[in-house]
Amino acid sequence: MKSVYLHNRISKLLLKSVTFVLLFLMSFSVYSQDVDEAKQGEGKKLFKSLCASCHKLDKKLVGPALAGVEERRENDWLKKWIRNNAELRASGDRDAVAIYDEYNGANMNAFPQLTDQDIDNILYYTTVGDPRSKASESTEVVATTQKEAPGWLIYILAAIIVTAFLIIASLLKTISELKGAPKTPGLLGNLHELWIGVKQNTFLHVVGTIFFLLVAAYIGFGSLFSVGVDQGYQPIQPIAFSHKIHAGDNQIDCQYCHSSAKHSKHSGIPSVNVCMNCHKNISEVAENTVLVTEEKTYRKADLDKEIQKIYKAAGWNSETLEYTGETEPIKWIRIHNLPDFAYFNHSQHVTVAGVACQKCHGPVETMEELYQFSPLTMGWCIDCHRETKVDLKGNEYYQKIHEQLAKKYGVEQVTAAQLGGLECGKCHY
Amino acid sequence: MRKYIQFSVTLIVLLGLTACSSKRERQPQYMPDMYVAVPYEADGAVKVSSNISSNRKPVEGTIARGKVPYEYTDTNEGYEKAKEQLISPLAKNEENLDNGKMMYGIYCATCHGTKGDGNGVLSQREKFLGIPNYKDRDITEGSIYHVIMYGKNLMGSHASQLTHKERWQVVQYVEKLRNDLMK
Repeated sequence: MKSVYLHNRISKLLLKSVTFVLLFLMSFSVYSQDVDEAKQGEGKKLFKSLCASCHKLDKKLVGPALAGVEERRENDWLKKWIRNNAELRASGDRDAVAIYDEYNGANMNAFPQLTDQDIDNILYYTTVGDPRSKASESTEVVATTQKEAPGWLIYILAAIIVTAFLIIASLLKTISELKGAPKTPGLLGNLHELWIGVKQNTFLHVVGTIFFLLVAAYIGFGSLFSVGVDQGYQPIQPIAFSHKIHAGDNQIDCQYCHSSAKHSKHSGIPSVNVCMNCHKNISEVAENTVLVTEEKTYRKADLDKEIQKIYKAAGWNSETLEYTGETEPIKWIRIHNLPDFAYFNHSQHVTVAGVACQKCHGPVETMEELYQFSPLTMGWCIDCHRETKVDLKGNEYYQKIHEQLAKKYGVEQVTAAQLGGLECGKCHY
Repeated sequence: MRKYIQFSVTLIVLLGLTACSSKRERQPQYMPDMYVAVPYEADGAVKVSSNISSNRKPVEGTIARGKVPYEYTDTNEGYEKAKEQLISPLAKNEENLDNGKMMYGIYCATCHGTKGDGNGVLSQREKFLGIPNYKDRDITEGSIYHVIMYGKNLMGSHASQLTHKERWQVVQYVEKLRNDLMK
């Protein structure tokens, strides 16, 4: 019975894989027969440079999805529309006016520079689409088969091995005792004897007490000094947002999103409209994007869900491409927090002093998950104020006082500390 | 035997006290009310666990301090009107141009490219496609400002990230880039 079952399974598997391979080959051969790659490549290039800012093949964007547009419209009509749609609308063409109204009067640019050949190439590309990439399929298979062993498994295994050794050792001992070997006091007995010896030795008592007190003081002061110091704090945020992808790979400037840093005390968390400036277009991440956190490895499917969270917060319907008006806040968890009794102003550091964000916040553009890089303690502030030389160029108003200060301290360039950067009242008032 | 158990239990408790610092949790705070501001903070919520953000929009019909109202509407007509009528209030000087360049570098160059040819990093990485070259578009001071205010097609509004003055400085720099490209 069992063998028959196995046999059935193997034959089914074989059959399936053969059909799969056949299908794959067929699709491949069909593809290579029909597509004129030169024409497609030319069309794709034009499409990407001229059309793609408003059109996608498979999805509505500013304008309609263009896959198979040749089946929906006459070629002549399309040519007229693409060259100058305003003219076509003015001539009273009903289709043209209808599509214009359907997209709420979004003005399409005129492209009089395109030749008939160009337009045909673009239309050809919209009909045949992109060549299917084999690379992305194979990586997906790899991605699903790859599974990491959880960390606690190792500990459990280690514990089992240690217990097994202990059991074997005690068994061996019992066997040798049964065979007539003299009884030994055993590990616990030995320890007990040692303990009694230690208890009677006054010198060891004194040394032990001193050692214990030192350790206690070290631990005690260590934990007291860490009160309120959150260096390395890395909470789990409501959206798995990667600074590495945004600021690192895509090189978006820090201040693009944290735009209030240049004029205000706070470098605020960007409001959702700033996210939507890009994510209105980018509703899916690229094929092989991976984001690794301690708890979870995010792949494309997971990351696309994270983008949906922005849409939910912004009240954006990604199907109809309209705002619904139902918004909700994203509850980001604040990481960098100075106590309320210390005043800090971002604009003074970012705009006036021109300090790079990374000086305090660390290599954020490499962080997949943001953490607090600096301790943000007073000593840390003061160290920097003592070291940082102030750039006095283009500041004629204070020139005289700067010269006097430099003379007073006998230096060429004053530091932030010498300008008063250590005065208590500057930050605590 | 009981002694050993007592000893090891104390040891474990002591170790547990010192070792429990997870990077997912904040360190303990001494007098937490000194760490957290009593008044509303930017990006905060009105109440703990409430869904109401402490950042609010200005009351309708009012203008926030330091803001300049913009009267052109976000329609095709508004765009045409701004394109014809709107003129920069700023003097065309080096200082404005320099700051315009800096702001352009932060807010525009990622897509439009440092030269304004539409070949920024996001364009090269094919995140955004079809970003136009400034020289291919018939734009004026007014229309550039209008587009920064409201966005156009896929471009979103950048009004919240730039002040009135900065927007006009960017406009001046974009015009300079466009003139360079036209050469």
